[in-house]
Amino acid sequence: MSTETLTIGKALNLGLRRAMEDDAKVVLMGEDIGKLGGVFRITDGLQKDFGDDRVVDTPLAEAGILGTAVGLAMRGYRPVCEIQFDGFVFPAYNQIVTQVAKIHARSRGKLAMPIVIRIPFGGGIGAVEHHSESPEAYFAHTAGLKVVAVSNPVDAYWGIQQAIAHPDPIVFLEPKRRYWEKAPVDTDATPEPLFASRVVRGGDDLTVLAYGPMVKTALQAAEAAAEEGRSLEVVDLRTLSPLDLDPVFESVRRTGRCVVVHEAPVTLGLGSEIAARITEQCFYSLEAPVLRVGGYDTPYPPSKLEEEYLPDLDRVLDAVDRALGF
Amino acid sequence: MTALHHATEVVDPVPGAEAPHLPQQPELVQLLTPEGERVEHPEYSIDISEDELRSLYRDLTLVRRWDVEATALQRQGELGIWASLLGQEAAQVGAGRALAATDMAFPTYREHGVAWVRGVDPLDVISLFRGVDNGGWDPVATGFNLYTVVIGAQCLHATGYAMGVQRDSADSAVLAFLGDGATSQGEVNESLIWAATFSAPVVFFCQNNQYAISVPIERQSRVPLFQRAAGFGFPGVRVDGNDVLAVLAVTKAALAAAREGQGPTFIEAFTYRMGAHTTSDDPTRYRLASELEEWKLRDPIARLKAYLSRTGIADHDFFDSVEAEADELAARIRTGTVEMVDPPGTSMFDHVYAEQTPELAAQRAEFAEYHASFADGGHDRPDEVTPGPGEDVF
Ligand SMILES: Cc1ncc(C[n+]2csc(CCOP(=O)(O)OP(=O)(O)O)c2C)c(N)n1
Repeated sequence: MSTETLTIGKALNLGLRRAMEDDAKVVLMGEDIGKLGGVFRITDGLQKDFGDDRVVDTPLAEAGILGTAVGLAMRGYRPVCEIQFDGFVFPAYNQIVTQVAKIHARSRGKLAMPIVIRIPFGGGIGAVEHHSESPEAYFAHTAGLKVVAVSNPVDAYWGIQQAIAHPDPIVFLEPKRRYWEKAPVDTDATPEPLFASRVVRGGDDLTVLAYGPMVKTALQAAEAAAEEGRSLEVVDLRTLSPLDLDPVFESVRRTGRCVVVHEAPVTLGLGSEIAARITEQCFYSLEAPVLRVGGYDTPYPPSKLEEEYLPDLDRVLDAVDRALGF
Repeated sequence: MTALHHATEVVDPVPGAEAPHLPQQPELVQLLTPEGERVEHPEYSIDISEDELRSLYRDLTLVRRWDVEATALQRQGELGIWASLLGQEAAQVGAGRALAATDMAFPTYREHGVAWVRGVDPLDVISLFRGVDNGGWDPVATGFNLYTVVIGAQCLHATGYAMGVQRDSADSAVLAFLGDGATSQGEVNESLIWAATFSAPVVFFCQNNQYAISVPIERQSRVPLFQRAAGFGFPGVRVDGNDVLAVLAVTKAALAAAREGQGPTFIEAFTYRMGAHTTSDDPTRYRLASELEEWKLRDPIARLKAYLSRTGIADHDFFDSVEAEADELAARIRTGTVEMVDPPGTSMFDHVYAEQTPELAAQRAEFAEYHASFADGGHDRPDEVTPGPGEDVF
């Protein structure tokens, strides 16, 4: 067993390295990912060791990155595309939703699109506009794409390797404000399956669902609630498409209450779908409506207001209080 | 035909700019050498008064001071980030001064020099980088659109605006700013096609500062950028971007051609980003110090100063007075920034729509009520906004 304490950023870096060693067809593509190592340094050192054929600093064109990835995938390559920030995925959006997502179905399975689209997503770093968005629902709403959101170094390390080895296109969301958070990673372990949610804290009174950057917030809320004698179960969804809700149903049937937390605006967000499904599956066990905590239905605000926009401990606890008050 | 339509004279090429396999392309318009000597160009002459020359110098100096002050404010934690224009002052002031009052400019996020010339208050630009708002100026009143952070998007807006100008038979032209990296975007190429097809009165002003964050120009283009214009069917000109006189002359000519119905021009202002891409960037990872040293010799302000001193157009008193004015500006920027108040949280709900929706109005009310419920006004927030080390935020 070999255990190292890694940040999410470093875990991704090592995961990418290992995926590139394991499979010569893996090609990284993106803006500034070479000498600079990406603006978040996730690809640091990889171009030096694998060459600029395998770690490609692309021209400044996201449609180009994803469109050429389609062609490379047709030739048996496994492109791993880095989008610099969430708000810059949209020039590539056409390629992702009209091409990448549909080619397997259109070709009746003859063409696979093993493309990974890495996106640092979410807010909380004090950036200017277009650098703090949560576009997951657009992708999860598109059939043919799979969407994963990691929350910790272990999932970052294994998840990126599993995503690269997977035959379908995966939008791989990285919680940018958590890039520097650390945890021990056993690099010899048998990883958990990629498309599975996980209970990260057991509890009896209420189930809190979160993914990506909000998992830590949910855990903090559970910690704070425990001091008031309330026992919250926290589930890290990990996979947003497909959704792995069976463990969630099981949890909610036991606790009878559920709060879903995400940074994206609440209206028509992931939480809406999850609340609907829980209602369908757990109706007779529910003691309160499934509540959602998320961003407001406004553009992501200037950074001086982001603390007010982003769900924080207080807002999660407030929802917990309301759910318990029913 | 204006001078633009056959600009091919050989004048002092900046070395090392061309793809190695191609013959040198020496068409660089220059009116003031790096040593501060006036040179003539057969296609682009400039008729400029001594007063105007002094005021160009003043603009360059004040814009640089603003930039230096903003960089310092960022370092002291007063700004989230700053995109410096250091080294690009002549390109921006020259282009900005070529605009008529009724013209419209479409900037990226680095055009502080153009903002200055258009009369935008520096504090209205700084508020964006402080995170107080998304840019505090009025685009209509200033003829200077809001900054656009998504690379290249503004080129289509500029082209559409120009098509509107054309339909209205208005006496104005449009100046779209973009970087060398931006020329790779599909949307930029689409804007060039539209502008050409509709003969729109728009001038594309590309500041080739040699890098898109870490990526050098060779990763974006195999030919000098100005030559691409030919493929779209309109003229392209390369101008020494560190020569404010040449930039002014070339941009004026291009805007005049646009106003006269001759359609678009692509200007490549050949320059250099002397600072980092933004205050979060670390240029030592991708460029050599020697390169910067070489470009310092082509400093846009030093060369105008040399010319003004040598010819006696300006004396010590003048330079001292500009310096004093720069000190005052820096002090005003500093005080204004530090005193800038954060907006109320409810403001984020206010301009989402021209016509407020009942749903959002309800969210706003709920938000206000929720925040009022904290007696001390403060929240318990272990989960604070914490920028980590090393990220280059745009
Ligand atoms: C669509 C999009 N992709 C990526 C980015 C991130 N980004 C911001 S500036 C920049 C480089 C821009 O280079 P260039 O166009 O040459 O302009 P410069 O900053 O050098 O003035 C990049 C990649 C962005 N803002 N928009």
